Amino acid sequence: MRTHRFRTSLAAILFSLTGSLASSAAVAEGWSDTTLEEAKGQKVYFYAWGGEPRINAYIDWAAQEVEKRYGVSVEHVKVSETGAVVTQIIGEKTAGREDGGSVDLVWINGENFNTLKSQGLLAAPGWAQSLPNWTHVDVNGKPTVLSDFTVPTDGQEAPWGMAQLVFMYDTRVLAEPPRSLQAIKDLVKRQPGRFTYPQPPNFHGTTFLKQALINLIENPEKLSSPVDEATFDQDVAPLFAFLDELHPNLWRKGAVFPNNAAQMRLLLADGELDIAFTFNPSDASSAIANKELPNTIRTFVFEDGTLGNTHFVAIPFNSSAKQGAMVLANFLLSPEAQARKQDPAHWGDPTVLDVAGLEAADRAAFDKLDLGIATLSPAELGNTLPEPHPSWVTAIEKAWETRYGNS
Amino acid sequence: MALWPKAIIIGLLAGPVVTGLVGTLVPAFGYLPALGSTEVSIAPFRAAFNAPGMLTSIGLSLGTGLAATALSLLIVILFTAGWLGAQIFSRISRFLAPLLAIPHAATAFALAFLIAPSGFLMRLFSPWATGFERPPDVLILNDPYGIAMTAGLVLKEVPFLFLMMLAALPQSRVLELTKVVTNLGYGRIKGFLCVVVPQIYPQIRLPIFAVLAYSTSVVDVAMILGPTTPPPLAPRILGWLFDPEPAIRFQASAAAILQIGVTGAAILVWVAGETVCKTLAEPMYRSGNRGPKDGLQRWLAVSFMTGSMIAVVGGFAVLGVWSFSDGWWFPELFPSAFGLDHWQSALKDNNGTILTTAVIAMVSAVPSLLLVVWLLEAHTRENAKPGPLLRGILFIPLLVPQVCFLFGLHVALVYLGLDGTWFAVALAHAVFVLPYVFLALTDPWDHLDPRFGRIAASLGASTQRIFWRIRLPLLLQPLLVALAIGLAVSVAQYLPTIVIGAGRVTTITTESLALASGGNRPALAVYALLQLVLPLFSFAVALMLPALVFRNRSAMRPASSF
Repeated sequence: MRTHRFRTSLAAILFSLTGSLASSAAVAEGWSDTTLEEAKGQKVYFYAWGGEPRINAYIDWAAQEVEKRYGVSVEHVKVSETGAVVTQIIGEKTAGREDGGSVDLVWINGENFNTLKSQGLLAAPGWAQSLPNWTHVDVNGKPTVLSDFTVPTDGQEAPWGMAQLVFMYDTRVLAEPPRSLQAIKDLVKRQPGRFTYPQPPNFHGTTFLKQALINLIENPEKLSSPVDEATFDQDVAPLFAFLDELHPNLWRKGAVFPNNAAQMRLLLADGELDIAFTFNPSDASSAIANKELPNTIRTFVFEDGTLGNTHFVAIPFNSSAKQGAMVLANFLLSPEAQARKQDPAHWGDPTVLDVAGLEAADRAAFDKLDLGIATLSPAELGNTLPEPHPSWVTAIEKAWETRYGNS
Repeated sequence: MALWPKAIIIGLLAGPVVTGLVGTLVPAFGYLPALGSTEVSIAPFRAAFNAPGMLTSIGLSLGTGLAATALSLLIVILFTAGWLGAQIFSRISRFLAPLLAIPHAATAFALAFLIAPSGFLMRLFSPWATGFERPPDVLILNDPYGIAMTAGLVLKEVPFLFLMMLAALPQSRVLELTKVVTNLGYGRIKGFLCVVVPQIYPQIRLPIFAVLAYSTSVVDVAMILGPTTPPPLAPRILGWLFDPEPAIRFQASAAAILQIGVTGAAILVWVAGETVCKTLAEPMYRSGNRGPKDGLQRWLAVSFMTGSMIAVVGGFAVLGVWSFSDGWWFPELFPSAFGLDHWQSALKDNNGTILTTAVIAMVSAVPSLLLVVWLLEAHTRENAKPGPLLRGILFIPLLVPQVCFLFGLHVALVYLGLDGTWFAVALAHAVFVLPYVFLALTDPWDHLDPRFGRIAASLGASTQRIFWRIRLPLLLQPLLVALAIGLAVSVAQYLPTIVIGAGRVTTITTESLALASGGNRPALAVYALLQLVLPLFSFAVALMLPALVFRNRSAMRPASSF
């Protein structure tokens, strides 16, 4: 036991040292002619956020198709925070489980990806680009499919969908939505108690902070590189000055925050809020179709653009069904699966594919989609702003908690 | 002969707890090789203490836990004192057992759906009385003082303490005693406090400590109703354990050890409070004031009791309406449309979740019941009763906060390759199921008239035959009730299921908390109601089966004991 543990810890240290070098050194263990054969009969545990019945139904559909077509069975493990999955993978590493891990595929991006990648807890690089359906991915038009919050993906995660920060408002109470950060602040001053954001470190809450930081920081270029400890306080001073002014007029005077974007949307549906936001441009339309929002909700973006990014699926280092996981990831990238995903009747999540470059039949599947009454057209969505480096996330979350976590 | 079941029970309970504590203690001192840290230090404790708002978190855990326990106990004592022997007392006692079966999380959801600013009560009075066309911006749920959370805990702890009280009453010849003091001119409440409480309190002390330990370290109720800026300690630890930043894990382990300290401190405060109450009560005993006018207290107690039951039942009725709704906007009193989608998806497309829940509940509760029966029968044959040591050990899993040892236990199970299996989850559930089954069965077992056995023996029946033909049939209802309580405890487990199940094992309770993080109320309502169904079903069986089996044995038909 003792020697075993020692060996494990040694391996762990070596592994984490080499993890960062792996991108250049390791041999890609990607798709090959035998992948489909090896995948047959494997059971893939797909860990994905399970708070949205619509998304769960979509995953269920994909699971059934993959089972039918490739003989790979897929089990959707519904998680409430992806951070828990990261914890679990770390836990297995602690226990020395180098293979036969619980997680075979995980829905992930940003900070969580950065942690797994930097700790060497992901399958060898390059598999994503080796997937047959990679050829359809819009690498030029959507550069974030290769750079997750500025961190190079190195083919250790396959893109699944696109996201852009979009605000929803209730036309019954707002004639004209506030199309900038300043306009939101003015509105909240006039009509206090009807705006809030999810509590950081929730993903959407942090997203709002990042959007505000991008709008407010004096030198936005600083955001594309890691946080500079020496100037951090000064860099974020405008953000916190803004929040200090905003908070007394927030919903519940900022004493309570919703847990996540879904709860914030529920508050919008209840009429508690004037405005909510989402990372999925067709979320409002889908929710209206599902009677989760009243049909008076419409969406808007800031005039100067809003944050955008990509979400991915990744395979942990100790997955026991790597081939099966690749088969699933490849299926999720297929034009068929991506078109269904973009359909608000099913999910309404924008595609990562280059639709213009698809074959006519596949393109038609996208063209005939009705994006819904509350969805903005790609032109109306306007600019996407790139995500800051992940180190900003941890730093501003910590600074937020210190200031407002103890009210 | 009682050695074997004793050894197995102790191993089953103490094993996981001790293993888990060690697994938490080691990283709390900075040792976790997988993260490249092999240096022992107290840095994690420093980090935990320095986290913003940590003192507030600790204060909240202590405050809500102590307040919920004290309030629940007060309500139970006053109600029992004021109404013992009255018709409403037996009516309410019959009602409370099923209430005990409802998982904490489901009760919290029911309360939230009722009292939220957009909840049913507000809709009932809006806009005609309140003038609100939209929900008012008032702080009701998740308030920073934890009032909503305390209320949610009280709703669940009152039935538990009440049942413990009911179990203790027969041992103290309470009815005779109260008659005597009433004849001496004492008011019901004063008489009960002076004569019965000092006798009964020692018997319900361990259950009170269990309530205290639970309330100071609760995760699910705190997540649903508790404050968030900052949250109480236990949900905060869970948040840290799920933090993507790996270094936070050390801090989380240290905070988990701290949680033991907080729960221990709450118990110490309580013990100090006992002494204070005893000293303050002394002059009350001697004063000679008989407190004959206690009508107000009596009515307060009964209205609290019925009020809390109406709140729970009403909350579940609202959940029921939500589960069939298809668009229900404030301030409409009823949904604009109804649909079966969410029930269909839960019962048809995801029926595996229900099956898993039922199987795990059976696999943890049935062997627990068998073990307890084995233990009690062995004691009976040796003419002994379970000693205080064994009782103490049985309470360990209820006294040590779950969050403190489950994560360490998970690591140990990973080593054994057992994590993420439903078997491991059932085993972890058994740690919490077994004590409750024991609590539920031991009193009826002890109170079975020993003369039945003696008569059978004098007629030549063997010990085996007495067990199978006399004791088991006579105890059929308590056995079934104990099983039902065991099943209910298993269904309610949230933390053990997600941690030991590694997220792979989905039960109705984990599903409902996953849905609570989403924005779909009807789907959440369906799962909150499903949490109710399995326990209530088993309680119904426990009540009806004996009546059916003994339909031609009038003396053996179950009395209104539950």
